Parts: sequence; C-alpha cells; structure tokens
Amino acid sequence: MRAVILGCGKLGSRLARKLAAAGHQIVVMDRDQEALKQLGENFKGETLAGRAYIEENIQRIFEEKTDVFIAVTDKDNVNIMFAQWIKNKFKVPRAIARIYDPILAGSYRDLGLETVCPTNMALEAIQSMLKV
Amino acid sequence: MYIIIVGGGKVGYQLTKLLLSQGHEVMLIEKDRNKFASLVDELGDSILYGDGSTMETLTEAGANRAEAIVAVTGHDEDNLVICQLSKMMFFGPRTIARVNNPRNEETFWGLGIDATVSATRLINALIQEQVKAHDMLIPLLTIRGGDVEIVQTSLSPSSPVVNKKIKDLVLPKGTLFISINRGEEVIIPRGDTDLREDDQVLVLVRKAHEAVLRQILMAPATDRKHA
Repeated sequence: MRAVILGCGKLGSRLARKLAAAGHQIVVMDRDQEALKQLGENFKGETLAGRAYIEENIQRIFEEKTDVFIAVTDKDNVNIMFAQWIKNKFKVPRAIARIYDPILAGSYRDLGLETVCPTNMALEAIQSMLKV
Repeated sequence: MYIIIVGGGKVGYQLTKLLLSQGHEVMLIEKDRNKFASLVDELGDSILYGDGSTMETLTEAGANRAEAIVAVTGHDEDNLVICQLSKMMFFGPRTIARVNNPRNEETFWGLGIDATVSATRLINALIQEQVKAHDMLIPLLTIRGGDVEIVQTSLSPSSPVVNKKIKDLVLPKGTLFISINRGEEVIIPRGDTDLREDDQVLVLVRKAHEAVLRQILMAPATDRKHA
C-alpha cells in the first residue's frame, strides 16, 4: 500500500514508522522541517517538509498512485480541507482525517470523509473504565 | 437581511461597517480575544467572541436565521469549514468564502461553497487591466461552479453603449445588469434605463461570454485609430 501522511506530530510520526516497518510505501509531509526528527534515523519512507513543502511538490507526490491519504495535523480545519481536496483532485480512493471536534467529525463523516475523533474515543474509554 | 461575517480583520471589519450603514443586521464573529476587545466598543451587539468554525458559536450567532454567511478569515481552511458547516447544519444560508490561496478557489467550488472572492485574483486582474487601458472589466465575485461571474466596469466616454438603453443592446444570453452607480446615486436598472459615461456598472455574466461583453461595453482600441 502507498500512504501519504500529512502532519508529523506524535500521531503522524508513529503511524509513519509503524506502516513503513510493516513494509508499506510511506510519504510524510509537514510544514515544519524540525517535525521530521520524530521519525527517527531509520525511517525508510519519503519526506516532504520545510522549504520543499510547496504546492508543486505536493502535487508531484500524488502523481504516483496513492491508496490512502491521512491528515493528522493538530488543526481540524486543515485536516478537513486537505482530505477533501486530495480526495477530489487526485482521485485518491481513501482519505482519513483526524478531527478533535466531535460535531465536526460527525458532520464530515456524513459527508463521506473517513474521520477519527480522539475526543470521542477518549470519552468512550474513560466511560468504560468507570463502567458507567 | 441578517448576515453573519466571520473574521474581524480589515475585510471583515470594513464589510461589517458597510452593511450596518446600509441598514442590515450584522454579526461579526472574531476568535482572537485582543482583536475582539479592540472592536467591541465600536460594534457593540454586532460582534461576538468565538470560533466561527464551531457549531456552538454559529448557533449562538443565530446562523439558523441568517440569509448569508461570509467567511473572510485569513485561513482558507477555516473559511471552508465555516461555509460547509453552515450549509450542513442550518437552513441553507448563502455562503461566500474569501480565498487566500488561488489554488483553493477551484477546490471550494467543488465543495459546496456558493461564491468565492479572491483578493489575489482581483488584484492580478487589476494589474492586467492596467496594461490594457481600454479594457477594464474587473471580476468581483465568482458564483458556484466558476461558470458565472459578477464583473464591474466603468463606462468611458467612447464606450459604444453610452447614451443607449439597456434593452437596445445585443447582449449574450443570460447577461444581467445588476446596478449602476451614477455619482452618489445607485440605480437598479430596467430595460429602458439609459447608460451614461462614467457610469459604474455591475453585470452578471457567464464566464464564457465575458469576452463578448467586453467587446460590447468597451471602445475597441482599433476603432479609435480609425476614428
């Protein structure tokens, strides 16, 4: 599988490392060059960050067939916009967006995006710990 | 008309003042505490502190009864979510989004935004038009799908339509004169309205017909040479 991940924070970097270790072809994008440090030295995938993170290069990434795009920056609205843009423009079959706001996550799921809402997940986990 | 504007920067602030002065009911939403504090004395009940891309704030602002929602923050992703969320959750207000990165204009049309305004494109058009001095047709607003535009022009003394009635012009199908600014006066034109020199006109036109409209309204440079 070829996956493109936007946002190399705590989640994005771990996801990239795991998927790459499992033999998948991974591209990681982040505006901030420094963020790539979280990938560690042995990361086998491709990266696009800092000064190279520009329109032309982003488009070039998607010239190669991509199976899934995953938007996990720390900003809900950025994830939402990119997921929709990439899905529509480059006909990427799957786009997954992390959305902290439960209402936004629900709305965009109804609109056909695959959404992950950490707030809802934590809520359910805590409820189940408390057995309420 | 009740209009919600999101983003209290220069564009949002001036637009709020303009619409208020025209007698509209307006609510400006600003999420920066300091910016809000600097505007609240002047705008009073017409400004709300909050994040316009959340349901809570839009609901508090009364988005369910707004006829239009205008997102003019400096962040395209926020403008997109504000407009999409409004469309999904409320009773179909018209949505207008400011586009900061021209690339996003095309994206927005595909994603259910009714109209986009791009300052970059506008200024670029102005610069281009400066070069072609007799050819000032300025695109102000692009309606959903990018097929229809509102353009503005001011009629030069040598324009072939000066002193003609609108109904006597041979216009491309679907072209509509929206308004004429003549001095201090704003005229909602009818078929028998005369066009005069220095009139500022707003015209709704299909993009495909823009070049034809240009030829009709402008005095072609070649004609002048022959004259």
